[in-house]
Amino acid sequence: MDKNHYISSGILELYVAGALSEKENAEVYALLQKYPELLQEVLEIEGAVVALTAATSHGKTQHLLKSIKTKINNAEHTITPTITLQKQNYNWATYSGWAAALVLGVGLTWMVLQNKNLQSRIEISNTQQSLLEIQIENAKLNLNEANSLISILRDDAITKIDLGGQGHFTATYAKVYWDKDQQRIFLDAEGLPEPPKGKVYQVWSLTLAPLAPTSLGTITNFSDDTNKIFEISNPNKSEAFGITLEPLGGSKTPTMDQLYVLGTVNSTS
Amino acid sequence: MDLEKLVEQFKAKDIQAFEKLYEMYHHSIHGVIVNIVKKHDVAEEVMQDVFVKIWQKSDSYSKQKGRFFTWILNIARNAAIDTVRSKGYKTEKQNLSTDSFVDTIAGHDRLEHTTDAIGIKKFVEQLTETCKAIIDLLYFKGFTQSEASETLEIPIGTVKTRNRSCIKSLRAIVLR
Repeated sequence: MDKNHYISSGILELYVAGALSEKENAEVYALLQKYPELLQEVLEIEGAVVALTAATSHGKTQHLLKSIKTKINNAEHTITPTITLQKQNYNWATYSGWAAALVLGVGLTWMVLQNKNLQSRIEISNTQQSLLEIQIENAKLNLNEANSLISILRDDAITKIDLGGQGHFTATYAKVYWDKDQQRIFLDAEGLPEPPKGKVYQVWSLTLAPLAPTSLGTITNFSDDTNKIFEISNPNKSEAFGITLEPLGGSKTPTMDQLYVLGTVNSTS
Repeated sequence: MDLEKLVEQFKAKDIQAFEKLYEMYHHSIHGVIVNIVKKHDVAEEVMQDVFVKIWQKSDSYSKQKGRFFTWILNIARNAAIDTVRSKGYKTEKQNLSTDSFVDTIAGHDRLEHTTDAIGIKKFVEQLTETCKAIIDLLYFKGFTQSEASETLEIPIGTVKTRNRSCIKSLRAIVLR
């Protein structure tokens, strides 16, 4: 672009006059940004026009600024109520918006909590259900056990031996059901007290002539067993059964002063 | 003070910036208004309205659309022309003068007080009739170039170049 040609075309004078179209104004503005010489030219034209137009004034308008400012203030004050109203409306809308958001938030939180609550209830239910299942299972097991015990007790081949309390332990008792065919005994130890800590009951098979005890083992799960009936293997030709209290692990020979119960096998039965 | 910055502050409703701009341009704006309405009391009324409007509409000015001075010049011319065309004004039509700014300048005594004014008065006296008419239409009356071209019955290109040479001698006086 030939800047001098552009300047001498007179378009910048029209630009200052405001005699150009909006499109032309935008074009001139873009060129002013690009070429400082053009901007300088515009500033000088503007300065001249400002001076010329000012020359047509009588120059006594300085005092008008005060009343202009008053009018501006008044206008702003008269506008103020509407602005305030609009502001209040706006604030009302904002507040109700926030309130709605808050309600929604609280609602959502409540729902989440409810959901969590329900989930934990379900978990509890599940746990309770599995506990019940275990109980049922245990009950079934107990029932089976009881049924087998009943069948054993009804079995003719089984010999029942009552063990009576001995020495200091006369209040105690026990029963032995001896299944000779299967070489096992069922010891009903319900009449025995809980063994003290560090002690266990040891079951003995005895021959009377000569008197010889054979250990059938210790009852390690006495406390845990609910029906206090213990199945113990017994391959011996027992003539009597006795139970002593022994230290953990048992003893090789029975401690006679700790003999709780004793009973002989009735040869006739 | 950078004019562009000042205008930005004014757009941001800085009353001090507004006052400075008033200081810079109020003579010009008043001159343009008085040249159209011809009556000082009316001119003062219009002038106040114009500056109130300028303040209130500060948002609508953008530098891409033109010079700030051109913007307020346009507001002033439109307000003055509206006043002249208004019903109440028409009844006093006989008072309206068809004279140009040249007569307005010639009628002021105060012009002797500043060198610029003296220069301008001399300048105006020496202006050709075409220059007087072109300047009056373009700057004081707000005619577009095509309106000026039609009114003066000279081609648009001639309006531009003539106007440039008219303003050029004015610049020589003002910016000496």
